[in-house]
Amino acid sequence: MSDGASATGDLRDTSLDGPTLNVRLSRVWGTPRGLLGALTTVDHKIIGRRYIVTAFLFLFLGGITALVMRLQLAQPESGLVGPDTYNQLFTMHGSTMMFLFGVPIGEAMAVYLVPLMVGTRNIAFPRLNAFSYWVYLSGGLFLWISFLLNIGPDVGWFAYVPLSGPEYSPGKRADVWAQMITFTELSGLAVAIEIIVTVLKQRAPGMTLDRVPLFVWALFVNSFIIIFALPAVMIASTFLILDRLVGTHLFNPAEGGDALLYQHLFWFFGHPEVYIIFLPGTAFVSAIIPTFARREIFGYLALVLSLIATGFLSFGLWVHHMFVTGLPQLGAAFFTASSMLIAIPNGLQIFCWIATLWDGRPVWRTPLLFVAGFFFIFVAGGLSGIMLASVPIDTQVHDTYFVVAHFHYVLIGGNVFPLLGAIYYWFPKFTGRLLSERLGRWNFWLAFIGFNVAFFPMHISGLMGMPRRVYTYGPEMGWGDLQLLSTAGALLLFASFVLFVWNVAASLRRGDVAGPNPWNAGTLEWATASPPPPHNFNRIPLVTHREPLWAERGGLPVVTGLSVSHRELMVSSVAEAEPQLRETSPAPSIWPLVAAIAVGATFIGSIFTPYAVLWGALPVAAALTGWFWPKAMPEDEE
Amino acid sequence: MAGLTVATGVVVLVLTGLSYAGQRRLLGEEAAPVTIRVIGHQWWWEVQYEDPQPSRGFTTANEIHVPVGVPVQVKLESTDVIHSFWVPSLMGKQDLIPGRPSAIRFTAERPGVYRGQCAEFCGMQHAKMGLLVIAEEQADFARWRDGQVAPRPEPASDEARAGEAAFVAAPCSMCHQVRGTAAAGRNGPELTHVGSRRTLAAGTLPTSRGNLAAWIVDPHGIKPGVNMPLVKLDSDQLNSISAYLAGLK
Amino acid sequence: MTTLRAETRPARADVPRVTRDVSALPTYGFGPTSPMWWGTLGFFVVEGTAFALALGTYFYLVQQNQQWPLAPAPPNHWAGTLNTLLLLASLWPNRVADRNAHAQDLWRVRRDLVIMSVVALAATALRIYEFTGLGVSWDQNAYGSITWVLLGLHLTHLVTDAGDTLVLTALMFTRHATGKRFSDVSDNAFYWYFVVLSWLPIYLTVYWLPRW
Repeated sequence: MSDGASATGDLRDTSLDGPTLNVRLSRVWGTPRGLLGALTTVDHKIIGRRYIVTAFLFLFLGGITALVMRLQLAQPESGLVGPDTYNQLFTMHGSTMMFLFGVPIGEAMAVYLVPLMVGTRNIAFPRLNAFSYWVYLSGGLFLWISFLLNIGPDVGWFAYVPLSGPEYSPGKRADVWAQMITFTELSGLAVAIEIIVTVLKQRAPGMTLDRVPLFVWALFVNSFIIIFALPAVMIASTFLILDRLVGTHLFNPAEGGDALLYQHLFWFFGHPEVYIIFLPGTAFVSAIIPTFARREIFGYLALVLSLIATGFLSFGLWVHHMFVTGLPQLGAAFFTASSMLIAIPNGLQIFCWIATLWDGRPVWRTPLLFVAGFFFIFVAGGLSGIMLASVPIDTQVHDTYFVVAHFHYVLIGGNVFPLLGAIYYWFPKFTGRLLSERLGRWNFWLAFIGFNVAFFPMHISGLMGMPRRVYTYGPEMGWGDLQLLSTAGALLLFASFVLFVWNVAASLRRGDVAGPNPWNAGTLEWATASPPPPHNFNRIPLVTHREPLWAERGGLPVVTGLSVSHRELMVSSVAEAEPQLRETSPAPSIWPLVAAIAVGATFIGSIFTPYAVLWGALPVAAALTGWFWPKAMPEDEE
Repeated sequence: MAGLTVATGVVVLVLTGLSYAGQRRLLGEEAAPVTIRVIGHQWWWEVQYEDPQPSRGFTTANEIHVPVGVPVQVKLESTDVIHSFWVPSLMGKQDLIPGRPSAIRFTAERPGVYRGQCAEFCGMQHAKMGLLVIAEEQADFARWRDGQVAPRPEPASDEARAGEAAFVAAPCSMCHQVRGTAAAGRNGPELTHVGSRRTLAAGTLPTSRGNLAAWIVDPHGIKPGVNMPLVKLDSDQLNSISAYLAGLK
Repeated sequence: MTTLRAETRPARADVPRVTRDVSALPTYGFGPTSPMWWGTLGFFVVEGTAFALALGTYFYLVQQNQQWPLAPAPPNHWAGTLNTLLLLASLWPNRVADRNAHAQDLWRVRRDLVIMSVVALAATALRIYEFTGLGVSWDQNAYGSITWVLLGLHLTHLVTDAGDTLVLTALMFTRHATGKRFSDVSDNAFYWYFVVLSWLPIYLTVYWLPRW
């Protein structure tokens, strides 16, 4: 074995023992304390935590808009809010939930956990990661501050033209919506690329593709969906801004454009978007079930293939959002078939998960309770989805509360319930303390009951003819009782979230202290301290099995040879995870924040004048140059 | 596992086939004995009855009558934003998209009053863009149609006559048409037989003299954001105009 | 293989068995070995998808209109054709630059980067001139709008690449011109391939489809 130091005086980890190694690596990989550290950090765990907290903050804001809407609709002809406020509320609710919570939360959990699960020290492109968080935060603040200043959007989260166009939405409201899209989609795309490159190139040696945890597979496939879907909404919103700001006619039928073009572009994104929200839910479920069933997952290959199939199929469904726009019938029938077919891979996943539990010895802790809730709620949502896929049925229930019920069942069932289970599961890893199990049970039951009381009646409201996006309705319609019931359920659901926050706050201070692996789980993130040190692992593990900690009971095998003097991680080959390079990982830097400010100012300025793009290009170019300008690094001396 | 997957696939294909068969029946676009053109506006429905004899065509608003058991073709257009024509008890909905005219067919099997509502978010008063479809026996429908084709009935009282004069002189005539008078505006709903309609303001209020007055006096209080401006009238004008309009049966 | 199950005693993670030493591995690589290459590829896929959707929009609008183009004459193609020839010709010095970067030949790489900088600037200038020959303004009708959008989208890539190349050229004349920088030059050449290849379908659509 070498003496641990290379010719340049660079100390390697080969000859150091555990505690010394930990101290030295923590110093090299750590983030400086204080404000400057917070603004310059490139640690995926710190950024991931920020992302998670911010996404939950937006979940709450979105939830409050929902509560106000539910209070307004609880009675016919209620005067709680007027039409202008209501239209802004449902626009903010949808936009916040879909763009500021639904997509970012999956990416947030990926940013924190994927590097740990694949056995590396940081996410790929750490400065881009920092940048993408600032851009996401800016976009969210831009939307919400505009709303509070009464220039928030009021055209729905989908902002159809011509309503959102220059003629029928004067002022800046629709521009705020469109530019918020640009922020959040830039951020989302950046993180998707980071995750793909981390999974392809930074896996621990021995983690061949068939040993990659399903959590990672799901978020890897999800990142591909993001890459192909998000450009469509960026194009749609950019075209909208162009029509509004500089007078293009892309959507103007009077000058050769087409209003339906917008819908095609939007839904080409919009349908994969809901799978972008659902797939992280499957990631959480696939991670929780083996641990609490106490056996490895059943049907690993089938689950991976189902994820990939879902990814592909999700791009072939978008016209089912347009069944009542007068498109040719044969084409619509194709989309009926594809919308039903996607149930097959989803169903396969559910069979595998249930089989794992059936053959395991389940431990019914809170994470598994939320997974059980997911099974019921998501499957119910899937059944109403199969109904919606049929064109004749859809012509009746499209744009009614039936659809509202359907998508809340699949989105809350498919994303939020697994997410809550995931937080209960990984909270000890993030913080070193366990959440209260007792409060967790209350949390679950309150959420499950509240959700169903709120949303099940909406199926019936829709079948009774209640359309969506109405700020009030007459007493003679007969919708009042069910709407009141939905409101009661919504209050219960909101209470469950308050309880959740209470649990988090109390457990942070007084929760049971958790060791590295309180659940006796099998994947790599549980092989390090809770919370993990800045460098994640003292030495990079060698992976021999899908559940490394269960396979290697005597201690994980590791590789050595990485530097302890500067930030270094291992780059390996795509399929076999054979080590290829020792790559220097960037140290904390202010440039991502500076670049985000320059980009943000350009985006915001450009809804007022197109020249902002020209003026903004200069500071953006300067910031990017500063970012990429090299500092003296070891590989430059070789 | 494989068996379950194959079974699911077969179920999907069968459901698709049934769905397609159903949709073909509902969404045919062939011509029909009764042809109506519905033009969506922010937040009311312009209704034009077409007839091979142009002089037998007429325009009304927010209320459609159809004969029972006879296929009706509804041509759908919009002048501003996307709306959606939907009468739940009679047919599935279809969107009215500017620049993309389309059509649906339906047949009312039973007489009755059927309420519909716009089903695509179209702005501030999307919630109050309702309509009525009244299905009646063929003889009643023919009688209604003849009544609608005719110009406005002669005002029956002095108050109504004063009301007609005031209506034509006031800004009302710039937006609303009453056939048989000089009022020929096309921006707002046609009012020739407004008194015969069961509701006002696209299903928002039951038609009555009092509600007509209430609407004129404060349209934005009833339906905030409507395109109808506030027209200042003194109490005499208001009384006479509302009496006049209520009498336009 | 038997099913793996959790047992009551968790694994101990603090007694590592050392199996390999990776000290001798290099610190940078070229092509698919390098994560940055994959990041660049990811960027192409995103931008390529955006281009595909914009082209799709063009074809959709053609289908929506009885007549095309919505202008008296198709765009004047001389500037565009000249630019296309320039871009295609530049593939050769680009490939040379890539090879020299692999060989870490500093003098030749400097020369090649200067050439590619000039090419990028010339292509940008030509592109700006192309707008003047279109015969339709962006705010005249949807045909004008989508034509300007397609050219404009590609122009942003020309500008970005020009900026990228100029900064890299400057870098290669400083003390930082070692090691990993050569990998960056290679990735920059990779990006140029995308810029040229993505232009071809746009060129054919904007200048020749209206003539068909």
